[in-house]
Amino acid sequence: MSGAVLVPAGAAGGAPRWLRSLGLALGLLIVGLVAFAAVFGPSLVPHDPFAQDLGNRLAVPVWMEGGSWTHPLGTDQLGRDYLARLVYGARISMVIGLATVIASGLIGTTLGVLGGFFGGRVDDAVLFVITCRLSIPVVLVALAVVGLMGSSFTLVILVLGLLLWDRFAVVARSTTMQVRNLDYVAAAWCAGASRAAILWREVLPNIATHLAVVATLEMALAILLEAALSFLGLGVPPPLPSWGLMIAEAKDYMFFSPWVIMIPGIALFVLVFGINLLGDGLRDMLGTQDAR
Amino acid sequence: MTAAIEVRGLRRVFRVRQGLFAPPRQVVAVDGVSFAVPAGSVLGVVGESGCGKSTLARLILGLLPPTEGEVLVDGRRLSEMDRRARARLIQPVFQDPFASLNPRRRVKDIVAMPLVAQGSVPAAEAARRVAEMLERVGLSQEQGERFPAQLSGGQRQRVAIARALVLRPRIVVCDEPTSALDVSVQAQILNLLAELRRDLGLTYLFISHNLAVVEHVASEVAVMYLGRIVERNESEALFRAPAHPYTRALLASVLTPEPGLGVPDVGLGDTLPDPANIPPGCRFHPRCPQAFGRCPAEAPAAWPAAGGGFAECHLLDPAAPGAAPREALRQEA
Repeated sequence: MSGAVLVPAGAAGGAPRWLRSLGLALGLLIVGLVAFAAVFGPSLVPHDPFAQDLGNRLAVPVWMEGGSWTHPLGTDQLGRDYLARLVYGARISMVIGLATVIASGLIGTTLGVLGGFFGGRVDDAVLFVITCRLSIPVVLVALAVVGLMGSSFTLVILVLGLLLWDRFAVVARSTTMQVRNLDYVAAAWCAGASRAAILWREVLPNIATHLAVVATLEMALAILLEAALSFLGLGVPPPLPSWGLMIAEAKDYMFFSPWVIMIPGIALFVLVFGINLLGDGLRDMLGTQDAR
Repeated sequence: MTAAIEVRGLRRVFRVRQGLFAPPRQVVAVDGVSFAVPAGSVLGVVGESGCGKSTLARLILGLLPPTEGEVLVDGRRLSEMDRRARARLIQPVFQDPFASLNPRRRVKDIVAMPLVAQGSVPAAEAARRVAEMLERVGLSQEQGERFPAQLSGGQRQRVAIARALVLRPRIVVCDEPTSALDVSVQAQILNLLAELRRDLGLTYLFISHNLAVVEHVASEVAVMYLGRIVERNESEALFRAPAHPYTRALLASVLTPEPGLGVPDVGLGDTLPDPANIPPGCRFHPRCPQAFGRCPAEAPAAWPAAGGGFAECHLLDPAAPGAAPREALRQEA
């Protein structure tokens, strides 16, 4: 059946249906909330994420003894409002995640679709490029590039976007190869459609769901990598409030003020968890729809 | 009058990679096939799976380039034809209507696709012709708005037929158009195809493994075995007096509704033919109940058969002295 291509492995078994749709709903809720915070948060929070108040360093969050609603999540080691920084950090994580997915998605999909569609030498070349990419250690390259050029926001996006396309390429290539051999593509050839038209109208719409699932995985990975790079001091430069950077800055104070490391850590975990739930739910939903 | 389809010495070899360093294996899917289909007639091609009939269809549709030989459609070489001109002349109907329709497009867009590919049909004109064609194959305008997943197998095959005919081609290659459908729907689709052929003056190349279907639609029948046409004749003559032992075995293998008879034993054995390893001499001899000394040694020529056709079998060689007695011996034993 044609649906064979589009049905993900294990869609039939696994968690019960209501649990999976609950996962999708939860994923949507989390990602939606973080996206809302990223877009509108900085204008809703009354504090400036960069404004220091050295007289009010490491103020405790509201749920602990001595906390106040002035700084609901407390302040950091320089007295900056932690909620403002968290919300601003969400913006940085989301922008980096989305930009990386767009850049790497374009590169990977183009390479994979071309290799899978044309086969032969084109495919050999694409496979070679994928193999080369897989043998490059992302963190080391990021280290080297930042060492040479200094850390900046755009550099992080560039490095991640240019390095995280491998999964897009592999998935686009293998799904294109399957779709290419289906009769509706043969019918399009017989109808006199051009290669470009066949790729655009017959192949791409039918691999898009797979690419959407890869996009969620890659976005989660990009956000984690950005946090890791920032933690190492190779990502977003201070004073920008990246969550990875907040964790790095907080690690010196974690013994006496553990919330400064827990808050951005939990935020990071919840966002990545939500994106992964969204990806799984998306895969199940689209998979069952196609299988029918 | 030029033939609608003419095929000369067509041969297609696939190279199957076996590993990084192993030499590729050669699979001869179509091996020296020549025939002509007169305009307005139906050539039925029958054979077991793996005999090369689908490869033949793909060669004639221009989906695969031939290794040797050439395909002429309406007197013109297929290989020299512009893809749009080819599309206006010859169109396919594939076997599986679940795989032959793009699941992400609406029925009306699927049917309009060949018109869009022409690049010169205005949108209003295309919409009108799509509506006309949908009605012609028995689909409502409302069904045109649906996605293929919302249609039944028979309805999907009607969509595929509408797509094939929307450019008003003169030739349609039907590759097992009914074998993926429920039996109750098969007859409807066959009748639709027959009706459209009559009304639009189409020529069909009709590929099937179902002899009853071929007998129903074809004016002429070609029997394929391991890439070659081993017998070809007028439909009526072939079904009345099959000349090739393979054709006889195929006809004997048709299940009868008589209870208790079970699956008929046709004496073919259970070794399936392997196109990667074609036997020498007559390619049918390992499975032939009437094979004799000459069969493994020498490929048979095409001898005339009753009814104006031919069969590639040594038994039909009027100058073969050894044929008759040995055949008789075998049958006694």
